Amino acid sequence: MTTSNIVQTVNETLRTEMRRNGNVVLLGEDIGKDGGVFRATAGLQNEFGQQRVIDTPIAEEGIIGMAIGMAMNGLEPVVEIQFLDFIYPGFNQIVSELAKLRYRSGGHFPAHVVIRAPSGGGIRGGLYHSQSTEAYFTHTPGLFVATPSTPTDTMGLMRTAMRGSDPVMFLEPKRIYRTVKEELPADEEFTIPFGKAKVLKEGTGVTLVSWGAMVHTCKAAVELASKENVSVELIDMRTLMPFDIETILASVRKTGRVVIAHEATKVSGFGGEIAAQIAERAIDSLQAPIVRLGGFDAPFPYALENTYLPSPERILRAIRKAASY
Amino acid sequence: MLQVIRADGDFDPKVEPDLSHEDLLKMHRYMLTVRRLNEKGMSLQRQGRIGFFMESTGQEACQIGMSYTLTPIDWAFPSYRDPGTCLVRGVPLSALFDQMMGNSADEAKGRQMPVHWGFSKWKIVSLSSPIAAKLPHAVGVAYAAKFRGEKSVVLASLGEGATSQGEFHAAMNFAGVYKTPVVFFCENNQYAISLPTRRQTASESIAIKAEAYGFEGVQIDGNDILAVYKATKSAVDKARSGGGPSLIEAITYRIGGHSTSDDASVYRSAEEVELWKRRDPITRFTAYLMKKGIISDQENKKFIEQIDAEMSAVVKEREKIPPPAASTLFTDVYSEMPWHLREEAEEFMRDEGENGPQGEAYEKEPGSF
Ligand SMILES: Cc1ncc(C[n+]2csc(CCOP(=O)(O)OP(=O)(O)O)c2C)c(N)n1
Repeated sequence: MTTSNIVQTVNETLRTEMRRNGNVVLLGEDIGKDGGVFRATAGLQNEFGQQRVIDTPIAEEGIIGMAIGMAMNGLEPVVEIQFLDFIYPGFNQIVSELAKLRYRSGGHFPAHVVIRAPSGGGIRGGLYHSQSTEAYFTHTPGLFVATPSTPTDTMGLMRTAMRGSDPVMFLEPKRIYRTVKEELPADEEFTIPFGKAKVLKEGTGVTLVSWGAMVHTCKAAVELASKENVSVELIDMRTLMPFDIETILASVRKTGRVVIAHEATKVSGFGGEIAAQIAERAIDSLQAPIVRLGGFDAPFPYALENTYLPSPERILRAIRKAASY
Repeated sequence: MLQVIRADGDFDPKVEPDLSHEDLLKMHRYMLTVRRLNEKGMSLQRQGRIGFFMESTGQEACQIGMSYTLTPIDWAFPSYRDPGTCLVRGVPLSALFDQMMGNSADEAKGRQMPVHWGFSKWKIVSLSSPIAAKLPHAVGVAYAAKFRGEKSVVLASLGEGATSQGEFHAAMNFAGVYKTPVVFFCENNQYAISLPTRRQTASESIAIKAEAYGFEGVQIDGNDILAVYKATKSAVDKARSGGGPSLIEAITYRIGGHSTSDDASVYRSAEEVELWKRRDPITRFTAYLMKKGIISDQENKKFIEQIDAEMSAVVKEREKIPPPAASTLFTDVYSEMPWHLREEAEEFMRDEGENGPQGEAYEKEPGSF
C-alpha cells in the first residue's frame, strides 16, 4: 500500500490533470526547476515544459492578472501563490477582476483560474507566512473557497476546482502538508463536490465545526472531551464557499450546542457567518450560546505561535463551556 | 515624434501609410461618428437620460487610427475613451447605446456604468473601472495566443495616468519577459482627472519607459490619424511576426472634462484648451482629405448630417428598450447559482417580482460625483 501526504497529492493531482487536459498551465514563483518552495510542483516542468509550467517574475498582480487573460483566451491556469500572506499585491486582480468578470461581462468573459495558496500557521513563519485570511475571499461574490484537511479531500476538491469553470481559491493547510498520509482513491473520476461538509465523527453532545489544519487539532480536542464523557460531533467544512449549512443544521438539531473553531482571527472570521446562519435558521434548537474560537485578534506572532493558535486544550474548554451551559 | 499630416493638412507623401481612399473615408467617418457620439453622450447625461458619461473629444484620431490596424482575429482592451475602437471592430452603434443606457439588450445586462465597453463577439473585453487592472489580462490573452501558435495580436489602450499603477509595471514586465504579441497604446491626453502628466511621472516621456522592459517605445502625434495608424500598424505587424511587445505614446489632449462629474476649469486654463482646439484631429484630417481631393466641403457636410440622423434614430429606438429584469441581478455570479444566492433570489422574486423597486435616481452635484 502506498500512501501520499497532502503536498504529494497536490503534485500528483496537478500532474494527472495536466495529462488529461492540455489547456492546463501552471504559473508561479520558483515553481519550475525548483518545484516551488514546498515542492508542490516538483518535476512538473520536466514533464510539461516551460510553456506550461511557467516560472514568473515576483509580482502577484502580474501572475494573477496574466492568468486571467490566459483564461479568457482558452487556457485553464492554476496559479501558485508562494504563501497566502503574499497574495495582497494581487488582491485587486482577485477581487475586482477575477471574481467579477463573469458578472460584469454578462457571462461572456468568465475566467476559470484556480489559485493555490499555502495557508495557516504553525511552521515558524511569523507574521507573514502564517495567516488564515479565507474570510477576505468568502466575502467576495464570484469566488469559491476550498480548504482541505486530508490528502483524499485535497485530490477530490482540487479536481473539482480544476474541472469546473469558476474561480477557486484553493487554500492548502501548509502545517499538515506532510503530516497526514493516506492511500488515495485510484478512480480518475473520483471528485468531491463543493458545498458538502464531512462529518468526521458522530456525536450527540456538542457540534464542533472546523476546517483546514485546525480539523486535526479539533480531533485531539474531541479525544480529550470523550475522556470527560462529552460526545462531540466533528464537522469538516471542506469548502467555505459554497458552505454546507444543512450538515451543520442537522447536527445542531441533534446536539443543541455548537463550537466553531478556526485559525483565523475571530472577529469577522468565517465562524461568525456560520454562527449567524445557525441563529437565523435553528435558534429554537440551541440549548447554549454558540461558542466561537479563533486565533486571537492580533497579528500572527513568531515566538508565541503555538500560544496564538487554538490548542486542543483551548478547544476543550470551549467544548466544556458549550456542554455545561 | 512621428507625424504624417501637419497641422494645416499638408503632408509628406514619403511617410504616408498605404491606405486606399475608401479606407481614408471610412476612418474619417468613424472619427465624425465618435465626435457626434461624444456630443450625444454629454447631452443625454445632462438631460438625465443616462447616468454618467466620459468624453473623448480630441482623441478621435487615437481611437480610430490604432484600431484600424486590427484584424478580426485580434483582441482589444479599449479604454472608456475608446468608443471608436468598438465601432472600427464592427460593433453597431445601437450596441454602444445599449451599454450606455444599461438596458436589457446590453450584453452585460446593464451591470456596468456607461462607457465600460465590452463586446464579446468582437473580442473586446468588458472593461473594469480600476485603472490599469486590465493590462496584465492583455498579456495573458497574448500568451495564450502565442501558446497555441495563433497569429492574433492584442491591443491594450491606456491613459498616461495608468502608467503609475503597479499593474502597468507588471504587465510591461511580463510582456517583455514572455515576448507576448501585445501592443500597449498610451493616449497621453495630458491629464488624469486633474493631474497633469508632469506630476504623474518624472520620466522625460511615457514612451521611454518601454526601454526599461526591454522593448521599443515610440512617441507619436496623437492628433494625426495617419501617424497613429502607421505607428500602430508597424507595432502590430511586429507583434504578429513574433517580434514581441511595443509601447506607443500618442500625444493628444482631452478637450472636455474628465467625466460628467468633473469641472475642468478648476485645474486648467481656457487658453490651453483653445490652443488644443486649434489642433483638432478631425479638422486636420478633413484638410488632408480635401487637399488630396478625396472629399469636398459639401460631401463632408452631408456625412455629418447622415451621422446625425442615424444617431438620433438609434437613440430614439434604443430608449424604448426596457431595463434588465430584476432576476438578472442574481445570475452570472458563478456558472451555477449557489444555494445561498438562490435563496436570496427566490425570496426577492416572491416578494417583489421582476419589476422590483427602481428607487429614486441619485441627484448629482454639478461638476462633482
Ligand atoms: C485604481 C483606480 N484608482 C482611481 C480611479 C479613479 N479614476 C478614474 S479615471 C482616473 C484618471 C485616469 O487617468 P488616465 O489613465 O490618464 O486616463 P484618462 O482619464 O486621461 O483617459 C482616475 C484617477 C480608478 N478608476 N481606478
